[in-house]
Amino acid sequence: MRNIWTIASREYKHYFISPIAYVVAFMFLATVGIIFALTILNANQSALYYPSAPDASSVTGPMAFLLLLASPALTMRLLADEQRMGTMELLLTAPLRDWELVLGKWLGAFLFIASLAGASLIFPLILNFLIDPGIDKGILFAGYLGVLLVAASMLGLGVGISAMFSNQVAAFFVSLVIFVVMWWLIGVPASLLPNGGEVFRYLDMASHFYETMIRGVITLADIVYYLSLTALGLFTGTIAVEIRRWR
Amino acid sequence: MIRVEGLTKDYGSRRAINALTFEAQQGEVLGFLGPNGAGKTTTMRILTGYMPATSGTATVAGYDVMDESLEVRRRVGYLPETVPLYTDMTVFDYLKFMANLRHLPDPDDRVDETLELVGLLDRAEGYIGKLSKGMRQRVGLAQALLHRPEVLILDEPTIGLDPGQVVEVRNLIRDVGRERTVLLSTHILSEAQQICDRVLIINKGEIVAEDTPGNLQLGLEGAARLLLRIKGDTAPLLEKLGKLDGIQSAKPGAALGEIELQLATKEEMRPEIARAVVSGGFDLLELRQVGMSLEDIFLQLTRDNSANGKSKE
Ligand SMILES: Nc1ncnc2c1ncn2[C@@H]1O[C@H](COP(=O)(O)OP(=O)(O)OP(=O)(O)O)[C@@H](O)[C@H]1O
Ligand SMILES: [Mg+2]
Repeated sequence: MRNIWTIASREYKHYFISPIAYVVAFMFLATVGIIFALTILNANQSALYYPSAPDASSVTGPMAFLLLLASPALTMRLLADEQRMGTMELLLTAPLRDWELVLGKWLGAFLFIASLAGASLIFPLILNFLIDPGIDKGILFAGYLGVLLVAASMLGLGVGISAMFSNQVAAFFVSLVIFVVMWWLIGVPASLLPNGGEVFRYLDMASHFYETMIRGVITLADIVYYLSLTALGLFTGTIAVEIRRWR
Repeated sequence: MIRVEGLTKDYGSRRAINALTFEAQQGEVLGFLGPNGAGKTTTMRILTGYMPATSGTATVAGYDVMDESLEVRRRVGYLPETVPLYTDMTVFDYLKFMANLRHLPDPDDRVDETLELVGLLDRAEGYIGKLSKGMRQRVGLAQALLHRPEVLILDEPTIGLDPGQVVEVRNLIRDVGRERTVLLSTHILSEAQQICDRVLIINKGEIVAEDTPGNLQLGLEGAARLLLRIKGDTAPLLEKLGKLDGIQSAKPGAALGEIELQLATKEEMRPEIARAVVSGGFDLLELRQVGMSLEDIFLQLTRDNSANGKSKE
């Protein structure tokens, strides 16, 4: 536990001296903020036609989507760069299990995303002031839980992929391609295939969030889905580190 | 403290080390000598748990490097050849990070003590990326010493250091080696002579000699090497000396007017050679005995393995 924390806190602190992390943070918060502002303006004008007030989904929806880009940018260097710099030799000869290393790296990235998500809470807070009875707390909670789960799974897969490369740009693009496939493209065979489409529908990363949690619905199936992906990514990363040793 | 038996490592189809067997006791500094590609780094990487061996066994501080890797890693301090460091961290933060990975109590104090030991206390707050090569080497050394390990494994520890630091680091290693076990690799024979209790010469993945530095030299220096310097052209003298009895070879040295002589015997031949030079009408500037270089030892060990085979095992 302590080793995981040592690795994670170094990684977390490193984001605050890393230009990429600042770009990610800016892109993340600025985009969410703009979309949020537009939603409010829009809602003001169309209040006559749409009696329902905007809720936290106007914040959590774009956030989940932005993770598609933010996650690979945050995970790409985690293990690939250790390999490139040779510091992997240091970590692999320190009294530290391989899975602790991988999990610690993931935790550092997750805490950074969680901090960004925490900062974005300012938007629902503003909304809460603007709307008379306040916003729906259930939708707020479920939406943020969903964002964190999506982040956990993407970062998990990203760390796993980073472990396979010593070039962070390669790790970035491979992660991005996988996320694009699992977020969008996987829905295509799901709708085309007469049968067997169920499998693809289940694998669709977006549907587990956009069909349930963003609307305030929390199901065990969705939680299990995202946690399984996280575990798969971390397991892959650990195996990749172990394979490195044998080469 | 270190016990290696039949250790073999293949990289794909290339054999890096072949059935190495050796031991190092507590309170001993064991030197690992060998040319590029001999397998020194490979052996050290196996002993530090960085990578597994293809076959054979190795125990460090009583633990098997394969089965109890974590226990081994807790007890070993390792300075890798490439001295990997996080260049975007300060010296202090980096060492504290490593201290935390080793669960040291009072990491701050320990880091300060160790920085003092390697003479880097004044650079503690500086970024590693801004340090000179020798200073980075010392940061790497500090990292290896941080937890006062039972076994210290150093891959070419003095490379890149200035002469003053070389002396200090060698003294440091000798101090550490009094109570603990040190395995270090080097290309410099004189370094091995100064700090090692025992030397292991490895070539192409096999041990070709193993002894104390003194014995090794005695056994190997069946013949002396001389350096001769004259004024003017050396070619005619080379020819003349080449014909002299007891001289195995005479070849031009590195600098102008220098001649390197390899003798065939251990006997003192300097007076005789000096006479030959002077009587030939050459101006003798210098004539001295030079120590054997690592290369010479290798040449000898590979050329005439049976004669020097007694120092093996
Ligand atoms: N990662 C690797 N993959 C493939 N072959 C390797 C690898 N590392 C080392 N080798 C090979 O193993 C052999 C031994 O290399 P090693 O690095 O152990 O030598 P060394 O004694 O440390 O040499 P040097 O004095 O140059 O540091 C060499 O032939 C080298 O090419
Ligand atoms: Mg080496």
